[in-house]
Amino acid sequence: MSNVPENAPQHCPGTQSEDAGKASACAGCPNQNVCASGVPAGPDPAIQLIKERLSNVKHKILILSGKGGVGKSTVTSLLGHALAARKPDANVGILDADICGPSQPRVLGVRGEQVHNSGSGWSPVYVTDNLSVMSIGFLLASPDDAVIWRGPKKNGMIKQFLSEVDWGDLDYLLIDTPPGTSDEHLSAAQYLSAAGLSGALVVTTPQEVALLDVRKELHFCRKLGLPVLGVLENMSVFVCPNCNSRSEIFPATTGGARAMCAELGAALVGRLPLDPALARAADTGRDPLAPLADLPASPAVRALHDIADKIVAICEKTSS
Amino acid sequence: MLDYVKQVILVLSGKGGVGKSTVSTQLALTLKERGYKVGLLDIDLCGPSVPYILNLENQNVHQGPDGWIPVYLDKEQRLGVMSIGFLLNSRNDAVVWRGPKKTSMIKQFLEDVCWQELDFLIIDTPPGTSDEHITVMENLRQVPHCGAILVTTPQEVAIEDVRKEVTFCRKTGIRIIGIIENMSGYECPNCSECTNIFSSGGGKSLADISKIPFMGSVPIDPRVGKLAGQGLAAVKELPDSTTSRIFTEIVNQLTDPTTSD
Repeated sequence: MSNVPENAPQHCPGTQSEDAGKASACAGCPNQNVCASGVPAGPDPAIQLIKERLSNVKHKILILSGKGGVGKSTVTSLLGHALAARKPDANVGILDADICGPSQPRVLGVRGEQVHNSGSGWSPVYVTDNLSVMSIGFLLASPDDAVIWRGPKKNGMIKQFLSEVDWGDLDYLLIDTPPGTSDEHLSAAQYLSAAGLSGALVVTTPQEVALLDVRKELHFCRKLGLPVLGVLENMSVFVCPNCNSRSEIFPATTGGARAMCAELGAALVGRLPLDPALARAADTGRDPLAPLADLPASPAVRALHDIADKIVAICEKTSS
Repeated sequence: MLDYVKQVILVLSGKGGVGKSTVSTQLALTLKERGYKVGLLDIDLCGPSVPYILNLENQNVHQGPDGWIPVYLDKEQRLGVMSIGFLLNSRNDAVVWRGPKKTSMIKQFLEDVCWQELDFLIIDTPPGTSDEHITVMENLRQVPHCGAILVTTPQEVAIEDVRKEVTFCRKTGIRIIGIIENMSGYECPNCSECTNIFSSGGGKSLADISKIPFMGSVPIDPRVGKLAGQGLAAVKELPDSTTSRIFTEIVNQLTDPTTSD
């Protein structure tokens, strides 16, 4: 059927079909009402709005993973710090699209900050001069507050985040997502379709339980036509702080990310070792890459800089 | 709905990757080893892990006269499993669904699976406090014996999300059975030095603050990690491990008639 939009839900009857907006697959589709009304409408006006709002953002990167707890938020914040540290005049923004479990305010050390509204939109919270962040965590009254929302409400929030935050000129916008392949991911990809996404960075850990879900995420990217910048393997090895011997906490029984990437034709951008000092930095919100940080030149920090270099190279190449 | 189920246990966590599926499967296996009839329902639709952990990938769900027949781990049919993983063609397939579709799938799982008589039904959930969780809670409201076990890891980043889950349980009125802290410390296989990779004690302090029973700290044990994919019970294979001791205690608590309601 030619009238089925590319980003439609599975089993979409097609926008011109008699069942448009009435089939079971239409439940939850943001265009259900439009289809049911029979009036052919253009694309969601928000998509155009977001394109204009983000016209000064050079590279937009989604951080994805089918699996939870693999380090999406930590990797996002570290990458944010690394990209901001490369050039003092480069601006980096982080958008936390995890509505039910926002972690960015903590890992960036800006909990309790307030978001201000001005004529030009919501001002993000600045972590350093050139690193800003927006998260639903800033809008909650208490850390105990739970956001118990179903999909459509989460989508509305993400739309607002994309269309109303005044980021200013940005070189990189990193979008941290919750685990899965559902509302938040579809919405982010859909709303950014006109603004243009550079691609997705997929985070995984080495064990098969995690790879299993990450395979699904790669399939999701393919379904949506989202370019995959690469796969990052986190928590690869553990270096004992006492005896410096290396051990695998999450054993890569099936060859880890390397084997999966080879099988599914994705690029592996790097492997980040498990470093308790990094975990602690994330808990306290310190910048582990700051020149005065008490973190020695750990293998994790070196690996991180390598990964940032690779991502910059990929982004520059695709944009030129 | 679920009329023949004596007790329902939800395994929840606001945070992902803390070990909900590992806890769910080990709990189910421990109960099974004790001779109970157990059902395990995986409602993580976007990332089902239970079929892999129990070594049941490539199994199929059949339609019987009374509903869907779960996949049984053993011949005696003491542990039945239902997951969306059994309905997918390939392990690479993604379920790209928005909320309402997930909701109707979960409703089907709760209403249309023929579990027969069960002593325990364990429900493994995805991270968060959204569609899947709201749906399950709404549907379990009529079920009398129902409780939740929260799983967390010790670091602040995880605790923060689990606090939200506590609020969720309180708002929806589900009884919290207790908190399990997973991945507490890691013993270096070379020098036996125990490193608290993800810090320590977070689960205990959360339990104290929220006045919830603390059920124990499970250390990181690669031997237990290796059981994933084989469908083996830690209590049987590694009887000396801390993991096995803690699951035995939890099961004692769950099956003690004086503590359950």
